[in-house]
Amino acid sequence: MLTTPPSASQTPPMISMREISKSFPGVVANDRIDFDIFRSEIHALLGENGAGKSTLMKILYGFYRADSGRIFLDGKPVSIQSPNDARALQIGMVFQDFTLIPAFSVAENIALFLPDLSTVVNLRDVSRWIEEMSTRYGLRVNPHAMVNELSIGEQQKVEILKLILSDSRLLILDEPTRVLAPHEVDALFEVLYSMRQDGYAIILITHKIKEVLECADRITVLHNGCVAGSLVRSNASEDKLVEMMFGRKLSGLKTGKKVAREETALPILELHDVYTHGEGAETKLEEIDLKVYPGEIVGIAGVSGNGQRELGDVVLGVIKCVKGTKHLFGKDVTNSSIQKLRRSLVSFIPENPLTMAAAPYLTVLENMAVTKTWHYALRGGLAMDWQAIKTDIENTMERLGFSFSLNIPARSLSGGNLQRMIIVRELTHDPRLIIASYLTRGLDVQSTIAARQALIQARDDGAGVLLISEDLEELFLLSDRLIVLYGGRIVGSFKPDETNFYEVGHLMTGSEVQDAANA
Amino acid sequence: MTLLSILGVLSSAIFSGTSLLYTTLGEIIDQRSGIVNLGLEGVMLVSASAGFAVTAISGNPYLGMLVSVIAGGLMNLILGFLVVSRRANQLASGLALMFFGFGLSAWIGRPYVGAKIRGLPRLPLPGLSNLPVLYSSLFKFDLLIYLVIPVAILVWWLLFRTRWGLGLRAVGENADTAFASGRNPLLIRYQALFAGGLLAGLGAAHLSIAYTMNWTEYMTAGRGFIAVALVIFSKWNPIRAIVGALLFSGAVAFQLLLQSSGIQISPFLLDTIPYILTILVLIIWGGTRKHAAPASLGRVYQGTE
Repeated sequence: MLTTPPSASQTPPMISMREISKSFPGVVANDRIDFDIFRSEIHALLGENGAGKSTLMKILYGFYRADSGRIFLDGKPVSIQSPNDARALQIGMVFQDFTLIPAFSVAENIALFLPDLSTVVNLRDVSRWIEEMSTRYGLRVNPHAMVNELSIGEQQKVEILKLILSDSRLLILDEPTRVLAPHEVDALFEVLYSMRQDGYAIILITHKIKEVLECADRITVLHNGCVAGSLVRSNASEDKLVEMMFGRKLSGLKTGKKVAREETALPILELHDVYTHGEGAETKLEEIDLKVYPGEIVGIAGVSGNGQRELGDVVLGVIKCVKGTKHLFGKDVTNSSIQKLRRSLVSFIPENPLTMAAAPYLTVLENMAVTKTWHYALRGGLAMDWQAIKTDIENTMERLGFSFSLNIPARSLSGGNLQRMIIVRELTHDPRLIIASYLTRGLDVQSTIAARQALIQARDDGAGVLLISEDLEELFLLSDRLIVLYGGRIVGSFKPDETNFYEVGHLMTGSEVQDAANA
Repeated sequence: MTLLSILGVLSSAIFSGTSLLYTTLGEIIDQRSGIVNLGLEGVMLVSASAGFAVTAISGNPYLGMLVSVIAGGLMNLILGFLVVSRRANQLASGLALMFFGFGLSAWIGRPYVGAKIRGLPRLPLPGLSNLPVLYSSLFKFDLLIYLVIPVAILVWWLLFRTRWGLGLRAVGENADTAFASGRNPLLIRYQALFAGGLLAGLGAAHLSIAYTMNWTEYMTAGRGFIAVALVIFSKWNPIRAIVGALLFSGAVAFQLLLQSSGIQISPFLLDTIPYILTILVLIIWGGTRKHAAPASLGRVYQGTE
């Protein structure tokens, strides 16, 4: 709606990829793919997880080398053997797993990627550029902050700033909106639109059809490592894209009947007047009163950095309460260990599976066992019942319709498969309380439905669910009750059908509800 | 305890702490790039013996120093070939390098045991020349001692203020990220090891050519390992390493003073004082997560396909 899509016939493509093939042991990730990118266009690369989107783009960025195929820049063949080559051709990429260094400051992380960095680094200049750019694009971030003190949403902003400042003309964004709040997504698209105006080419790797239809000029769909089709937005529709992505129509999500819970039932979880310390970069939780009843999904809405992560952590016991009490099935567990809570069938799906829930160098199977070692211990812990673990895991995988290899190191899984691994693990033992943060991050449409279905199934079986998300659509769809966090406090509690996106969105961003009514 | 004995402790701390500090600075560079060099002991021994031998032959301590420094750099490059190019385990490779150094240095130094050399000249501290000889002789230092703190500041500046240092630290934190930023992690690790080896060579040169001015087998007596401990102690920061090296060698000198003062404690126990101090500092400084170890320390960089 902002500009007309550029017509492919008028200008030659900036970059052409021809007949690109790439295999990994056991998989053909890319099979003779042709792909064109024009200047001044936002090109969406759409496909479900494992369709080969990231691989293709990592080849363009020189992170992988193609087995065969050629790449042309302005019609001339180029050889991209390393990211260094790619950057020399002004190609920049934001990876799905952030490449920020946690022990470095924001300014140091960005300086690392500046092409014309002076031999003696003047971080004051770098900080000034960051501040200029971050104000210009509304990507506010403190250049002096250490990255390990930033929330995942803020880290994303740094990644995007890094690209803007590193002078790339072609920007590859691997699922950039994954971690952004709704209004931040809009802001990002505004950034992309103005960059397109300046002649930048932008490739958006995504599996969110809605976003594609909103902001892309052209769309290329990958399916099983092959191009399923390439079309301009005006020719695209949601149904058409879904069909190209999956090769068939999808079954919808059965949300089931939202049964009114019994007010008299004993809550599974009860937080009463909980305060936390707020050490380092943590958000300090204050005055948290929260009950989760059997058979309900309580959605926690909030912009990243407003205490959702801390809320999940405090329930599991990763963070201690400094004041207030925590009860599980009526028993005081305020100071109980994480193991005790896990043994009481509490499950935890954290916001960042790679760093918070998985041991990257252990195999998937071993990762599946680590949270339940007591359950599988044989002979007093001298041996493990690996067969039982395998059977349990495979049952859950079948139930959810997920499949991935169990005997490879967890680090070699893609982001989506890693998330699937954690979901399978945490839903395997009929948990009574499930804390799920960003449940569907990195999952494609099909897996998203499966994961949500699993959560609903658990709810219908009488489990309590604490669903932490920034995806309002997801929260409204799944929650029986919705709680809004802002600045570490609960600022609103609703039944989803008694409120709307605007009211919740404004509470999430700290503006008054009255403003929302006027808006 | 007299003023003279306290000054004596200080002087001896400075003399023995200098080689420790140079070596620690070298190891900080190695580890900031992600490589634990446990072979330092062997590197130092080879440097010290080679430098001493060249000084004894040529009569020129500066030439000896140069040879010592280059020997340190080359020894570290052996480790580089093993752990960077051949992707071998760093700890095992380091220990192998150490034992190799034991043997090689004994062979190099054999003809020069008991040889007399003219070591690095000692220059009095300006302003102290009119003190009684007994005092001023305590504070006549050689060139390497005067240079050690400027070198520590230089290393800090290189690591934290230059593009090269930023890339080097990035390799130590996450080699994939460094690669993605257009750097060559393998080359940077070689560079770091070579630079670290030069510094370890300087430390070894000070030991054999300036401080003791002789060569005996295994004369480093664990300094290579203490340097590794001091890196942790200083939290990978060259400026803190100055304090750490002085504190440690001060504790050594102090316990030697206690022993000679005829105190009724077993000398074996007194020997442990510097290490107890090290443990105490690790206890007090441990637990804070800021300035922790480089994230991919000890990890092999596999590269990409």
